[in-house]
Amino acid sequence: MEVIQAELLDPSFVEEVKNTPGGEPITKCFACGTCSVSCPVREFDEEFNPRKIIHMVLLGMRDRVLNSEFVWLCSGCVSCQERCPQDVTITELMMALKNIAVKHGIVHKAFELQAGEIYKFGRLFEVGDLNKRREKINLPSILEDPKPIREILDDFGVGEIARRVIEQD
Amino acid sequence: MKFALFLGCTVPTRGLNYELSARNVAEKLGIELVDILEFTCCGFPIRSLNQDAGFLMAARNLAMAEKQGLNVVTLCSACTETLQEANYHFIHNPGTLDDTNQKLVKYNLEYKGTVIVKHFARMLHEDYGIDNIKEKVVRPLEEIQVAAHYGCHYTKPTKIYDNYDDPENPHSLDELIEVTGAKSLFYREKDKCCGGAILGIREIDALHMSKAKLDAVIEAKADALISICPFCSVMYEGNQKRIEKEFEVTYKLPILYYPQLLGLALGIEPIDLGFKLNRIKAKALLEKLESEPEPVT
Ligand code: SF4
Ligand code: SF4
Ligand code: SF4
Ligand code: SF4
Repeated sequence: MEVIQAELLDPSFVEEVKNTPGGEPITKCFACGTCSVSCPVREFDEEFNPRKIIHMVLLGMRDRVLNSEFVWLCSGCVSCQERCPQDVTITELMMALKNIAVKHGIVHKAFELQAGEIYKFGRLFEVGDLNKRREKINLPSILEDPKPIREILDDFGVGEIARRVIEQD
Repeated sequence: MKFALFLGCTVPTRGLNYELSARNVAEKLGIELVDILEFTCCGFPIRSLNQDAGFLMAARNLAMAEKQGLNVVTLCSACTETLQEANYHFIHNPGTLDDTNQKLVKYNLEYKGTVIVKHFARMLHEDYGIDNIKEKVVRPLEEIQVAAHYGCHYTKPTKIYDNYDDPENPHSLDELIEVTGAKSLFYREKDKCCGGAILGIREIDALHMSKAKLDAVIEAKADALISICPFCSVMYEGNQKRIEKEFEVTYKLPILYYPQLLGLALGIEPIDLGFKLNRIKAKALLEKLESEPEPVT
């Protein structure tokens, strides 16, 4: 890890995290490391370490955290959260960090692409010709109506992200 | 017994064998599944970008079920988690349901928060009941042994599922397997996640995660891995060839959806359980079951 430069630390980051749903209990962390030993991603990837990420947030390392790829590396398995002795909702905290990154205009390509698909089809995958295949094995047709989903995504500013990637197509 | 069937995005497009087997199993057991055409994506991937948008998508789906007076069963563990997480969120954050309802007005919907969301497997285990399933088993699958994959969101977070099953030592899927007559094996890595959610972020990590489980299941000499989530199957089945290539290993391990296994025990033909659609053919497993069991003398 690089040397921490105090002038780059931003104490308002912890406040922002605490004010985002799922991030509230972060200051209860006493750095025991249970989350990191429980984490299946950590098992294979040194760069992803929930205890360390929490510590970085507590120190106020806003830019380093939000611009990292590791913010997006949580698989959401909830193993850490179930075991944390301090009831830090770690999985929800990881979700909160992603939400904060998005708020500041940082979105991982993979999530942009998913948002694009959902915006186009109202689901992650296009139905299209699949209804014919479904019919053949006696499964009912499914309806593809993305309109309400587009409205919801637009309402929360996610539509913008989705449209950006659709236009690049 | 009657439920709205929430298909989500992945099952009706990538998991037709899962959907077909679940519907046929339900019919055989006398469980009525109602389709609500207007259901959309549950909101799961959107939550990472904006939680409130994700919860509103979930609420809209739930409101449509509520309007018809139906509780929801789902086939995808991530859908189950997202919909139930929304329920939990509305209960524990006063005011959020009101905000949500203001946004639902334009769809002529209102959500009161009454819909119970359960995974299909949990519904079988908890509502239909193991004993009742047992009565319907006509072809016990005594010749085979399989490995249960619970995945993450079927049991976790425990707080949203009223501690239904213990993630450290889960038993419900094992019981559902054993009632078919098949042996449910204990294996290393049983509690591990497939890594599917980060496949698009750092592929190699996800492949490593799935490999760990495939190794353990092969070591335990399972005839198949039993999945209850289309995402898990995408990793273990859809990406099995990739993993074999990447790490120079051979598995050829069939990945079955639980209703496919149960369906066999209920006497439903493999074709009606979508076995043809499995990418890794369960030929050896089906052959083991082809000969009638030896009569006990
Ligand atoms: S398990 Fe909880 S208390 Fe321990 S390091 Fe992780 S977040 Fe902190
Ligand atoms: S939820 Fe995320 S951080 Fe926690 S153990 Fe799973 S992958 Fe690791
Ligand atoms: S969890 Fe996934 S498959 Fe299920 S509805 Fe949501 S996005 Fe679609
Ligand atoms: S095992 Fe993978 S797909 Fe299954 S619930 Fe966990 S992360 Fe999702």
